[in-house]
Amino acid sequence: MMRFRFTQTAIDTIEARRELLDLGAGGYVSFEGWVRDHNEGQEVTRLEYEAFQELAVKEGERIVADALRRFPVKHALCIHRIGSLALSDMAVWVGVSSAHRGEAFDACRFIIDEVKHRVPIWKKEHYRSGDSGWVNCERCAAPPGHTHGHGHGHDHELEHHDEPAASHS
Amino acid sequence: MQLKIQYYALMREQAGRSEETLETSSATPADLYGELSTRYRFTLTREQLKVAVNAEFSDWSRRLTAGDAVVFIPPVAGG
Repeated sequence: MMRFRFTQTAIDTIEARRELLDLGAGGYVSFEGWVRDHNEGQEVTRLEYEAFQELAVKEGERIVADALRRFPVKHALCIHRIGSLALSDMAVWVGVSSAHRGEAFDACRFIIDEVKHRVPIWKKEHYRSGDSGWVNCERCAAPPGHTHGHGHGHDHELEHHDEPAASHS
Repeated sequence: MQLKIQYYALMREQAGRSEETLETSSATPADLYGELSTRYRFTLTREQLKVAVNAEFSDWSRRLTAGDAVVFIPPVAGG
């Protein structure tokens, strides 16, 4: 258990990888999400992650369990950072071991995609302009016809679009 | 009845608190969000949120009972 968890400090990928070892595994695939210096035309200087941990760990665990059911892999684990992160810090790590590489890539992709869409984690971007905003929240919160203090163009997509994050994608 | 409300992210900033115990006659999470929206002027509509009761996703029409812990979940952005 605990195949999805949070950490307030840097993710230890060497230690995490150890949990995936299996004599029947021929390899493992990992994904690291990093804090990026820009998002939608804004220069990002740092990020804050916050989670509703009590529910998030349950939902995260369900996602990893789903992946293990869907794909014939050996082990899977996801660790998400919370708190204040600097540029290039690792925000999330997913690792999957399996007999063959194909299903490990598929399961890893499945887990990161589902985590981004389903787990109650929020990300606040701080911009060089001094402005800040909750990703996926501020834009949908604005009433139609509003004006922004910061001039990035945008659509009024509600949530879960696929290019939002100041980390990876 | 008394309910415990916890706030995260944008909801926490707009409510100006992380949690509170509330005496309310709201019977469902939908009613409760209406009540709290009026009080705190939340900018997100109910359609943009999910809701959790006692740390599990819930329907908006669920009957709340005394002591329930309610969390309104704005659009998520993990990863």
